Amino acid sequence: MALLTVENLKTYFHTDFGLVKAVDGVSYEINEKEIIGIVGESGCGKSVSQLSTLQLITSPPGQIVDGKVIFEGRDLLQFSANGSEMRSIRGGQIAIIFQEPMTSLNPTLSVFQQIGEMLELHLKMDKEMQRKHSIELLKQVGIPDAERRIDDYPHQFSGGMRQRVMIAMALSCNPKILIADEPTTAVDVTTQAQLLALMQNLVNQYNTSLIIVTHNLGVVARYAERIYVMYAGRIVESGTCDDIFNQPKHPYTIGLLKCVPRLDEAEGTKLVPIEGLPPNLINMPSTCAFLPRCPYSIDKCREEVWPPLKRVNGQYVSCYVDTRR
Amino acid sequence: MDDALLIVKGLKMYFPVTRGLLRRKIAEVKAVDNVSFDVKAGETLGLVGETGCGKTTTGRCILRLYRPTAGQIIFEGLDISYLHESKIRSIRRKMPLIFQDPYSSLDPRQSAGSIVGEPIKFHGLVSNKKEYKERVADLFRMVGLNPDMMNRVPHEFSGGQRQRIGIARALACEPSMIVCDEPISALDVSIQSQIINLLEELQDRVEGLSYLFIAHDLSVVRHISNRVAVMYLGRIVELTESKKLYDNPLHPYTQALISAIPIPDRAVEKHRKQIILRGEVPSPLNPPDGCHFHPRCPVAIPDCSQILPPLVDVGDSHQVACIRVKH
Ligand SMILES: Nc1ncnc2c1ncn2[C@@H]1O[C@H](COP(=O)(O)OP(=O)(O)OP(=O)(O)O)[C@@H](O)[C@H]1O
Ligand SMILES: Nc1ncnc2c1ncn2[C@@H]1O[C@H](COP(=O)(O)OP(=O)(O)OP(=O)(O)O)[C@@H](O)[C@H]1O
Ligand SMILES: [Mg+2]
Ligand SMILES: [Mg+2]
Repeated sequence: MALLTVENLKTYFHTDFGLVKAVDGVSYEINEKEIIGIVGESGCGKSVSQLSTLQLITSPPGQIVDGKVIFEGRDLLQFSANGSEMRSIRGGQIAIIFQEPMTSLNPTLSVFQQIGEMLELHLKMDKEMQRKHSIELLKQVGIPDAERRIDDYPHQFSGGMRQRVMIAMALSCNPKILIADEPTTAVDVTTQAQLLALMQNLVNQYNTSLIIVTHNLGVVARYAERIYVMYAGRIVESGTCDDIFNQPKHPYTIGLLKCVPRLDEAEGTKLVPIEGLPPNLINMPSTCAFLPRCPYSIDKCREEVWPPLKRVNGQYVSCYVDTRR
Repeated sequence: MDDALLIVKGLKMYFPVTRGLLRRKIAEVKAVDNVSFDVKAGETLGLVGETGCGKTTTGRCILRLYRPTAGQIIFEGLDISYLHESKIRSIRRKMPLIFQDPYSSLDPRQSAGSIVGEPIKFHGLVSNKKEYKERVADLFRMVGLNPDMMNRVPHEFSGGQRQRIGIARALACEPSMIVCDEPISALDVSIQSQIINLLEELQDRVEGLSYLFIAHDLSVVRHISNRVAVMYLGRIVELTESKKLYDNPLHPYTQALISAIPIPDRAVEKHRKQIILRGEVPSPLNPPDGCHFHPRCPVAIPDCSQILPPLVDVGDSHQVACIRVKH
């Protein structure tokens, strides 16, 4: 059985402009020691789905309206958002790292105070142990002079170092799952490569499962074993990276792969853009959300509701068209 | 070098760091430090590098938005390095700038039509009103916007459309070269390709139009450019044709940069070699002695901390600044 199974998750926002179906029936799973990637463009619901599984959605305006999040046999959505069960899961069992370190780090507390607090809450360590363990963690994420830097405040670290502190904090209580939500979009490419390699090593070492949330298909190709492609609040295609990069089947996945320049492309390669704009998720039609931009569409797409995910060889695809033909 | 539209020679831009009431100068940021390159007519030169390496500053010096500390900028045969402000305006028309952020670079109260048409009026590029209207409508069509949208204000457009307005405005200047500073970084991936293709099409249509294309994303820069200059801490470390940059990168920094960028192809990724650099980019306030890259360089030798390598020609239109490269 999978370590975490998300079933038919729906999270809506009630806004002045109408109902935003940010996540609309999303299902995915992650196994022990697995690395998966969740990919999609800005606003497709990647972050909201991750925040929902940890009940970190502010309500109002947000509301988890349906779904199950099964972790070790228990449905996390049955727990109250601020109850003791949820608090021991967040950070203790499932940790999350955000794109902007300053949203997770408290600027008024030293790094030691912040990691120490986690160790006390989740692992009931005494002060002396907390200190030893925190220093050890900083060393592991490659922060030089850890004994001294442990008492520094977040603003005293550079951008890349702050990301390392966040990784140390997220891994401090040896969680079973680490969610990295665009952890490296704000840093430079060489630093990004350092941080992703670091995370990959650490999760391997601790047998932690890793969910990489990103808009960068390259990052997924390099690090993940399986991939979920999201569009407009739903998963439109999923499968192993080997299958999907080798033979993408959903028109959106096909489009994404053809519209980004590849570093190794031949001279004179032309990009094939995805025409039109991503939808804004308010008052969406019941037909496939990709229809207005889809070069493969057939009459059925205009007549029927958004197609459910269907198994095609080893992949799951939400499309009425067989794009292989 | 005769056919070069723009020649940059030994360009330096140092910013003073001051302290106290008297604004005493205590240090200097060498944002651009001895940079030389040229851009030929009809060519796209890419300028790539990580944050703070001096890309934007280089662009701003060329447009003479800064007075350079040293060096020469020769545009269409004229040395504009220290030209007086009053003379610079007509030069700037020939090389307009498009920015990263389509949201803040357009006046929110002005209609799209007048944003695009402003340079036409300002520089007196048409003789009457009818011609003006036609010209603006033409420009809208050229960048793939419907001329019916002329009366809308910027917030009524999407990010990609706003970037198109910025491009139309740049074209209105009848430029020889457009300086594009991170023109697609703020856009969604699916929209980025629309803008890249538009820039490529325009170059095919407008005889001799050059781009100086500044971005941190090497895949994008390599795609659109004929040649690419890689910058590190204010200096160009390698400059060559796009193809060679990937097939045969010579500078250890370029090699690391290339290996850091994942390619969305599983089969290819499985066999790629990864070079993970030590540490982070040092502050340009206090760059390391010798080659600025040496503390992070996997192949550095003791000499590298002593010698600041110049950019030298290694043949086959390939320039590199590294004493470890044999030539
Ligand atoms: N508090 C909120 N109120 C209203 N709408 C919201 C709120 N938070 C998110 N949304 C909407 O939900 C949708 C999904 O947002 P989400 O942050 O999950 O996108 P994402 O895929 O993570 O995008 P990005 O790549 O930009 O991080 C968006 O359309 C967004 O506008
Ligand atoms: N007006 C200024 N005064 C002082 N320092 C400056 C000024 N403009 C830029 N700098 C410094 O010069 C260096 C180069 O900056 P620049 O903006 O050219 O980099 P960049 O390569 O464009 O970076 P990015 O990718 O972040 O846009 C940086 O260290 C920056 O802090
Ligand atoms: Mg997000
Ligand atoms: Mg810049």
